[in-house]
Amino acid sequence: MPSLSDPTLRVVLYEGAGSEPLADSDRAALLRSLLERGYAVSSSRGEGTLSPTGNGTLAVLGRFTEERNEQATDETGQVTVHFRSINGLDHDGVMGTVDAIRGDHQVPQPGGWKPWFPVIDYSRCTNCMQCLSFCLFDVYGVSGGGKIQVRNQNNCKTDCPACSRVCPEVAILFPKYKSGPINGDEIDAEDLRREAMKVDISALLGGDIYQALRDRSAKAKSRFSKERDEDRALKERQRCLIKLQQALEIPPEVLASLPSPDEIRAKAEVAKARAEDALSLQKVNG
Amino acid sequence: MRILYCHCAYAQVVPKDVKNEVLERLASSGVSFDAVPDLCEMSARKDPKLKELAEGEVRIAACYPRAVKWLFNGADVTLPDEGVQVLNMRVETAENVVTALLATNEEAA
Repeated sequence: MPSLSDPTLRVVLYEGAGSEPLADSDRAALLRSLLERGYAVSSSRGEGTLSPTGNGTLAVLGRFTEERNEQATDETGQVTVHFRSINGLDHDGVMGTVDAIRGDHQVPQPGGWKPWFPVIDYSRCTNCMQCLSFCLFDVYGVSGGGKIQVRNQNNCKTDCPACSRVCPEVAILFPKYKSGPINGDEIDAEDLRREAMKVDISALLGGDIYQALRDRSAKAKSRFSKERDEDRALKERQRCLIKLQQALEIPPEVLASLPSPDEIRAKAEVAKARAEDALSLQKVNG
Repeated sequence: MRILYCHCAYAQVVPKDVKNEVLERLASSGVSFDAVPDLCEMSARKDPKLKELAEGEVRIAACYPRAVKWLFNGADVTLPDEGVQVLNMRVETAENVVTALLATNEEAA
């Protein structure tokens, strides 16, 4: 994922004064291709307004009827504008023009990461810190004022909505999730009941799913040592994992990538300590 | 009133036929508009552009309004309650979304 400090590029398809309009089909095809390549793009026409540009690089493409300097800087010095005529260029030629400007300004290649991460609905969040205690991947953090925050979006495991399942307030969204209310759909009474039931399922597994994992693992090991029944131990662990997976919708690859029980214990203790510190801070702040 | 269109480029959660039809009809409407590949991705990296996109009155074609609101918030940008309308391409038809995006303020009221 590109970082905040990386340079940015915005493309403008310009069809105002001093230019000829594009055919509707060409305009739509260019817009779609630019978006699918990860470029922010604005269509500048006769009516309506566009958002301002505070800084970065602008690539202004048009069928210009007048000569223009290829490059200019706005009066603030914060925006570099590249004018490029697309007269006579085919679709690929336009994409190549934009890619070249991106390369010249060392703007990172957009895309390459499915933006899967939790989004907190603060109108519902009670700052209970369960998500912080639960997540083993350091996705969550706490602000200086003791407020839960999503800190490391990159650390989140794609397609894993498990933290939203343990949230008692249905306050954690994954906008790219398949169904509501986790995808941001409005929450109704039935959703609250269903979500509570899923939390109960995880509670049945021992409340702390990592503890459950460790306990099951220990039991399986114990059976293995007594009975020397490797298959049975393995099946027991698999049953446990399937239950967890179904209750919290944890993708198999996430479970497969979990650290060792000792590492889980250490991470869970660190997360718990951070959550307790944050809750203490809340009490101090009243 | 500005228009902002999100292409939800990095996932298949917005029906492709709906988002493509909305984009095509916006493109042939004669109205200027801003389009972004994916609001989620911008929120994740706290893109400062989100602040510019949220300024003033704006109609946003994206997904669930609750998700859009908190995605902006996740990037430390408050999407005002007044003057912002979010059209949900996950559940609405392209026809309904485009009609709402291009409505005059009087029609929208």
